[in-house]
Amino acid sequence: MLAIHCQQLFKRYDSKPPVDAVRGLDLTVEQGECFGLLGPNGAGKTTTIEILEGLLDATSGDVEILGYRWGRHDDEIRQRIGISLQETRLSEKLSIRETLTLFRSFYRRGIEPNEVMTRVSLEEKANSWVRDLSGGQKQRLAVACALVGEPDLLFLDEPTTGLDPQSRRQLWDIIRGFRQAGRTVLLTTHYMDEAERLCDRVAIVDQGRVIALGTPRELISSLGGQHVIEFTVGGNGQSPSIPTENLLDLPAVSAVRTEDNRICLSVDEPHIALPALLERLTAMHRDLTGLTTRHASLEDVFVKLAGRHLSEADQNTST
Amino acid sequence: MMNSASDNTTRRYWPLGQLIACRMREFAREPEAWIWTYGFPIIVTVALGVAFRNQPATQIVVDIVDNPQASATQEALTLKPDSLQHFKAEIFSQEQTQLRLRTGKTDVVVTAAESNSASPHYEYRFDPTRPQSVLARNAVDDRLQRAAGRRDPAQVDSVAVDEPGGRYIDFLVPGLLGVNLLGGGLWGVGFVTVEMRLRKLLKRFLATPMKKWQFLIAVMSSRFVFSVAQALILLVFARYVFGVPNRGSVIALGFLILIGSIMFFGIGLLLASRVKTQDAIFGLMNLVQIPMWVLSGIFFSSDRFPDAIQPFIKLLPLTPLINSLRAVMLEGASLVSQATAIGIMAAWAIICFAVALRIFRWQ
Repeated sequence: MLAIHCQQLFKRYDSKPPVDAVRGLDLTVEQGECFGLLGPNGAGKTTTIEILEGLLDATSGDVEILGYRWGRHDDEIRQRIGISLQETRLSEKLSIRETLTLFRSFYRRGIEPNEVMTRVSLEEKANSWVRDLSGGQKQRLAVACALVGEPDLLFLDEPTTGLDPQSRRQLWDIIRGFRQAGRTVLLTTHYMDEAERLCDRVAIVDQGRVIALGTPRELISSLGGQHVIEFTVGGNGQSPSIPTENLLDLPAVSAVRTEDNRICLSVDEPHIALPALLERLTAMHRDLTGLTTRHASLEDVFVKLAGRHLSEADQNTST
Repeated sequence: MMNSASDNTTRRYWPLGQLIACRMREFAREPEAWIWTYGFPIIVTVALGVAFRNQPATQIVVDIVDNPQASATQEALTLKPDSLQHFKAEIFSQEQTQLRLRTGKTDVVVTAAESNSASPHYEYRFDPTRPQSVLARNAVDDRLQRAAGRRDPAQVDSVAVDEPGGRYIDFLVPGLLGVNLLGGGLWGVGFVTVEMRLRKLLKRFLATPMKKWQFLIAVMSSRFVFSVAQALILLVFARYVFGVPNRGSVIALGFLILIGSIMFFGIGLLLASRVKTQDAIFGLMNLVQIPMWVLSGIFFSSDRFPDAIQPFIKLLPLTPLINSLRAVMLEGASLVSQATAIGIMAAWAIICFAVALRIFRWQ
């Protein structure tokens, strides 16, 4: 049985003018996998996940969660899923233990609050008020509230947005632990490193549709190379651009793309491509003004497919 | 490996109990809540009770215009004081007396004119729109007439009857009781719900198996506990410090508090049902409360308002509550006698709940 099966999902918001947040989205998530929806803000990720969580009605489309349907088996689904929303502010003046006990009480079966606190490394703060927790601790508590009902399927909407690197890693460990027990996770994110490191499969979403689907490795391979050589030319009054055809025939280069004045080559073997590039540039009498090499990422996949970055601010994130 | 301690025989959880417990903790941990809910009504009671306490009606301020006859007049008024009338008579210049009468510092101004005959000749200046001034004029005249030799033919016995029930403080306390329930419903249920919606907590709860009715019952019943405590404190305080009575049955009083609370929970819920911002809920609550604060007879009788708006006043939710509380506490009325008031309150409750539950927005 599939964890999630979603076909031709459409969602239109009746604002003026109407907004089509989701435009024909198909999704299949197997049990036991960690599945990521990767895309920029406004891609329709949150709308999609909220429809799957039963918080929003789809305009049209078919949704099945663990074999059940919303509208017919609402309680069965809610007993088996756990969610973490973007920006929920839990009650400030309740303690962690009180909050977890409250959420635990909603489920027929689940884990003891003390135990789930240990899983998210909050046991030392059991009696602290939510108000006194750091951002990372609050987020761990939110995930703990999702775990306390011992769900089969976990939905996480942007779980690490706004957190410092250490908190992000802590949360990733918690998510990995959950998945290792054979449970399923669906998360949305606009961080490509999160998608690459956590997810078994990733759907790249843009403007309400899935534009690419596969394991992170498969997606990156579709670029034609595991590496990227990025360089700039110019100086001395020379033009900063080079026609693509002048570079495509270089050995080990599978794709060329230009962005502003930066030229990016997708290459499989940089030790072959790089010397060839330098030789070519010398032959063309062009001067290098900058050069970097790096691993190809899902960000590059997104840029290739959508023509822009996942998030302008995150362009140069490297963790 | 995750160790699943998932059998529910080890420990039972009661979602309704947990919701109530958490709601009560949140309230109890808010210091402002204690001050506004418990301190404020007591302070208002004391302040208004003291400020409007019954002064003995016998204390009358009389100004005597300064002239050769002034001190004789003063003597006539203050010599041989009797238990029923006590005058505070002072002599001022004419300008001063005019000013003092105009500004309410004195109740009546007496000028003893030069008299040609054996009897004295007095001129009284008073304000016919002020009951105290009219009273003062008559009392002064009575005393000066008797001092001048009037004989009263009828035999008269005066019996002073001073029982609690007719004082301002007796009038006020049921009014404050009602207004507390109004605040409790609007703020304790309405505002709290909006605040949780804004924090997306309602939305978070919706994704769990929690039932919507459990949440609503929890909010209302926890608030009810605090409202009952508030009413008890106010009533006990008023009884032992000011002697405010309860002549009706405790059950009747309790029933009115219950139905008043339910009615205001419904109104609070209705106001909160679709509000999306804090500014909007503040505005809405003030819009609804202010007419009742002014018109429903909390601080003074609503009968003072023109007949044309009396039907409107009688249908405001707070009015029947306060009227029936007064009837029970001060007159010992039975619940049956308050059927109309109870009917109006029940109608408000039913309509508001019915509409609110239909249109309530959980996210």
